[in-house]
Amino acid sequence: MRLRPLLLALALIAPLPSNAQGDGETVVAGLSQNEVSITARFSGSEIMVYGAVKRDAPPPASPALDVIVTVEGPLTPVVVRKKNRRYGLWINTESVEIDAAPSFYAVATTGLLRDVLSDTDDLRYKVTIPRAIRAVGIAGEAEDASSFTDALIRVRAEQGAYILNQNAVSLTQETLIRTDVALPANLIEGIYKVRIFLTRGGRVIDVSENEIDVRKEGLERWLTNLAHNQPLAYGLLSLAIAALAGWAASEAFRVRRT
Amino acid sequence: MQIYLPIAEVSVNAFVLLGLGGIVGFMSGMFGVGGGFLITPLLFFIGIPPPIAVATGANQVVASSISGVLAHLRRRTVDFRMGIVLTISGLVGSTIGIYVFSLLSSLGQVDLLIQLSYVVFLGFIGLLMLQESLRALNRSRKMAKAGATVPRRAHEHLLVHRLPLKMKFRTSGLYISVIPPIAVGAFVGFLSAVMGVGGGFIMVPAMIYLLGMPTKVVVGTSLFQIIFTSAYTTVAHATTSFSVDMALALLLIVGGVIGAQLGAQVALRLKAEQLRILLALLVLAVAAKIALELVLTPTEFYSLSVPRS
Repeated sequence: MRLRPLLLALALIAPLPSNAQGDGETVVAGLSQNEVSITARFSGSEIMVYGAVKRDAPPPASPALDVIVTVEGPLTPVVVRKKNRRYGLWINTESVEIDAAPSFYAVATTGLLRDVLSDTDDLRYKVTIPRAIRAVGIAGEAEDASSFTDALIRVRAEQGAYILNQNAVSLTQETLIRTDVALPANLIEGIYKVRIFLTRGGRVIDVSENEIDVRKEGLERWLTNLAHNQPLAYGLLSLAIAALAGWAASEAFRVRRT
Repeated sequence: MQIYLPIAEVSVNAFVLLGLGGIVGFMSGMFGVGGGFLITPLLFFIGIPPPIAVATGANQVVASSISGVLAHLRRRTVDFRMGIVLTISGLVGSTIGIYVFSLLSSLGQVDLLIQLSYVVFLGFIGLLMLQESLRALNRSRKMAKAGATVPRRAHEHLLVHRLPLKMKFRTSGLYISVIPPIAVGAFVGFLSAVMGVGGGFIMVPAMIYLLGMPTKVVVGTSLFQIIFTSAYTTVAHATTSFSVDMALALLLIVGGVIGAQLGAQVALRLKAEQLRILLALLVLAVAAKIALELVLTPTEFYSLSVPRS
């Protein structure tokens, strides 16, 4: 009975309700950095996700332990439009608004995703890319609503915003976890949520959550603030720069000619 | 060298932006067009979100037009009086245009409207200019062969001479009614607000063919007017949709102002007819590209857009 306060404490700490498989395996994880600064020369960032499996009993022989790491950028609504041929022209004819789709989403696993995660737990924890998109009630918006979410995933995957890396997490002696997640240069500001799942036989046995705070810094921060807080001053400053540059180039060329 | 654009929130190669600015600036200095009809589609192409491309393109046009107009000022080829008349009526027209634009975007299909107006206006004006300038070129060639000088009628009587409220435009050597310039200015201002461009490609031919201005003054005067229309558009976008990206604008501007100077020098070495043929071909090329996009089966039928808060 001495375990009980400990379990209670764990339950309070754990951000998601523990699935309590009774295996007593938990994951402790960290990130190489919790903050990413976007400066003018920002060209992406590599985040190392590491962790260890804590257990009070020897691990069961089977099924094997697997790890899934997800990194999710801020959620935003997205309008997906579809072109159709009308009067010989390709025109946007249908559109579907998806309530919330992550601006960035990466999944890394120790094995093939279909082997390491069951459908029920995918549904519960929203792990895979299609599940990470919150598209509630779009069925009524278009005849073939699922083709719009498929298109969203396809387009974002081509842009490198949605990434699936199977076999990219290394798990040493069923204890040490490590993977690297490359954040692309086209990041938007916000909190990026990192989740590390332990699974056995496709069932999630524990999950740990961490956050990366992505923020604009320096000149980028200053310009964004000015643009939103003092738009008139920002607009006039833009014009002043344009006028100055136009005049300077004209003078420079005149001097060169004479 | 990659650079992160603070408002567009995308990372792009700085040299690509300098190059784009340079090309568009070159056209601007050479033809007296702001280059908005080139820069906006080019920015879409490299992945800048459309509202930011439109607004920032306007900012770049201000810089290249100023750079270009200064070169013309020194050669005294700017008709200020005409420029001011066109500017004032242009601002009225673009205010109406901005209103119509927001009305249409609330109805949807504003993209189609923009694309169609590009195809129709660019195609129409391009063909008109090409036909006219080829004819002029042929005529001057024949004259050169015959060893005669080109006869020039000192007084062509156009509609602009018959309307009331006559005004003297000394630099252009015109004594015409003020009504056509006002109408042209307002119409161009309106169109440019709807299409998100400065409107030089409409203004230049309108000045030549409708107002009868000499080609020599047209370029400088058109640039003069474009400065004010696009400055107005820039501030309007910055204050209403926060979509001007200063970092993006700066890179385009640095390339653009240098390009504009080079363009103005090249223009000095070309004949007016040749210049007009080149501009006509450029305008037609852009129209054809947009028309093909509308007609050819796209590789991806779906497109994404994130509504800006």
